[in-house]
Amino acid sequence: MALNKQRSAAEVVAQLRSGMTIGIGGWGPRRKPMTLVRELLRSDVRDLTVVSYGGPEVGMLCAAGKVRKLVYGFVTMDAIPLEPYFRKAREAGQIEVMELDEGMFEWGLRAAGMRMSFLPTRVGLATDVLARNPQIKTITSPYDDGEVYVAMPALKLDAALLHVNDADRWGNTLITAHDPLFDNLFARAADACYVSCERLHDKLELDAATARFNLFERYLVRGVVHAPGGAHPTYNSPDYGWDMDHLKRYNASATEEGGWARYVADYVDVSEAQYQEKAGGLARITQLKPPVF
Amino acid sequence: MTQATLAELMIVAASECWRGDGEVLASGIGIVPRLGASLAKLTHTPELLMTDSETFLVSEPIPLGPRGDYQPRYEGYMSFDRVFECVWGGLRHAMIGPTQIDRWGQTNLSVVGGSYDKPKTAILGVRGLPGNSINHANSLFVPNHGPRVFVAGEVDMVSGVGYKPERWLPGMKQDYVDLRRIVTDLCVMDFGGPDHAIRVRSLHPGVSFEQVQAATGFPVLAAPDLHETLLPTDEQLAIIARLDPHRLRATVIKNDPPAIKAAA
Repeated sequence: MALNKQRSAAEVVAQLRSGMTIGIGGWGPRRKPMTLVRELLRSDVRDLTVVSYGGPEVGMLCAAGKVRKLVYGFVTMDAIPLEPYFRKAREAGQIEVMELDEGMFEWGLRAAGMRMSFLPTRVGLATDVLARNPQIKTITSPYDDGEVYVAMPALKLDAALLHVNDADRWGNTLITAHDPLFDNLFARAADACYVSCERLHDKLELDAATARFNLFERYLVRGVVHAPGGAHPTYNSPDYGWDMDHLKRYNASATEEGGWARYVADYVDVSEAQYQEKAGGLARITQLKPPVF
Repeated sequence: MTQATLAELMIVAASECWRGDGEVLASGIGIVPRLGASLAKLTHTPELLMTDSETFLVSEPIPLGPRGDYQPRYEGYMSFDRVFECVWGGLRHAMIGPTQIDRWGQTNLSVVGGSYDKPKTAILGVRGLPGNSINHANSLFVPNHGPRVFVAGEVDMVSGVGYKPERWLPGMKQDYVDLRRIVTDLCVMDFGGPDHAIRVRSLHPGVSFEQVQAATGFPVLAAPDLHETLLPTDEQLAIIARLDPHRLRATVIKNDPPAIKAAA
């Protein structure tokens, strides 16, 4: 019997509930599952704990009042270093935060994927990360060294949202991006992982070299959404670059009277097809040049 | 007579931070640190490992900005996952520009002012500073040397660790903390004083020690061999020009002043 995990973005978001802990793959303005995020923005789901190497999706979810708590190491759009709506929410004291080192964050996801309660690390000692997160404890090595480590608690996710380059209806995925980032760990840390993809195949038939781009098993994948251009306006290596014009407009909206409401009217309270049309069309999106670093 | 800019002098001073490091990953984050690391690799420390500032290790530093038909010379791979592995193994020397630095070398990239729950200014977050600072060599870059950066007390959110004894409880391993130098628009400093106190090693041309002290929120020492920061050589300037064909370095310091201040 052939598996078919294909879902619409709306069907995926219908699986999410208020109060859930949701991990979002990617890193800053790179390979964010923006089609799914936009669908989440359109939904009634709220009071979320968002776990992310944060980019514009964090700002948008904050601006929409969806975020109760943010677990993060940074929120940035790289070329626009400061994410405007994250800043607003953070400076207004609107969100609870668990601020972590990037590597502690990774360790938390790994612990969750390994079904451990914590993993030890030296990272975080002697910083205010521990002072500001009193729930994070230290642990003493049981061996002769007696070293004291941070016991980085598992970051268990109710759901993870990822965007990948290729997928099939069985839930097999390929991340052909130059940097796969930590999406594999989000997939493992989550009770349910949903992926959107640039290209949906009935069944991937791969040569050995290409099969190495499969970074986590299909049994982790609950649903697959076909979403070409689905990372826009973020960078989806190697398929297309970020849309700096769009990110600049989004950034500018934060300083305009009614800016967020206007952004929502233009880019959220519309269908994904209308969104892409306003962004210049899918042909433009998929031809956005990759950034030069 | 050299026509070097202050930014170019700082690039050369930054490059000196990596001198003799051998085979470690040199991570210069930002225009001056990156050009400094690149200059180091192309001149005195060719063994350094370096990335294309995205994902790949390159055997030759790549120029900044749009690079026409220049083809990067890849020699390996350094995804973020690999960077963390490198960080935890300690074979890296990074240079970043934190928002605040205190007398103990603690750094902040998270929030400034107000309270932690309701900060006056939210910046990026602690990013990788806790992990970098406790695992490998770090140097710091400050394009605007002043008391808002070099704060009087502790930084507002200790993101990178330093040498403050009260922060280190029994059993916590401080051995890998290795703060090297601070390159600013006024001077080069290090942590060579008693108990790692910050010292001025060299003053940029036309800058006095008193000026540095006045711009620093805590007392600084003068290194015994305090000298003037070296001006870039013609060879160094030529390499910098090749690495930065769009002159992004001209945007680092307001009005892109010369290395030697014009006589008043």
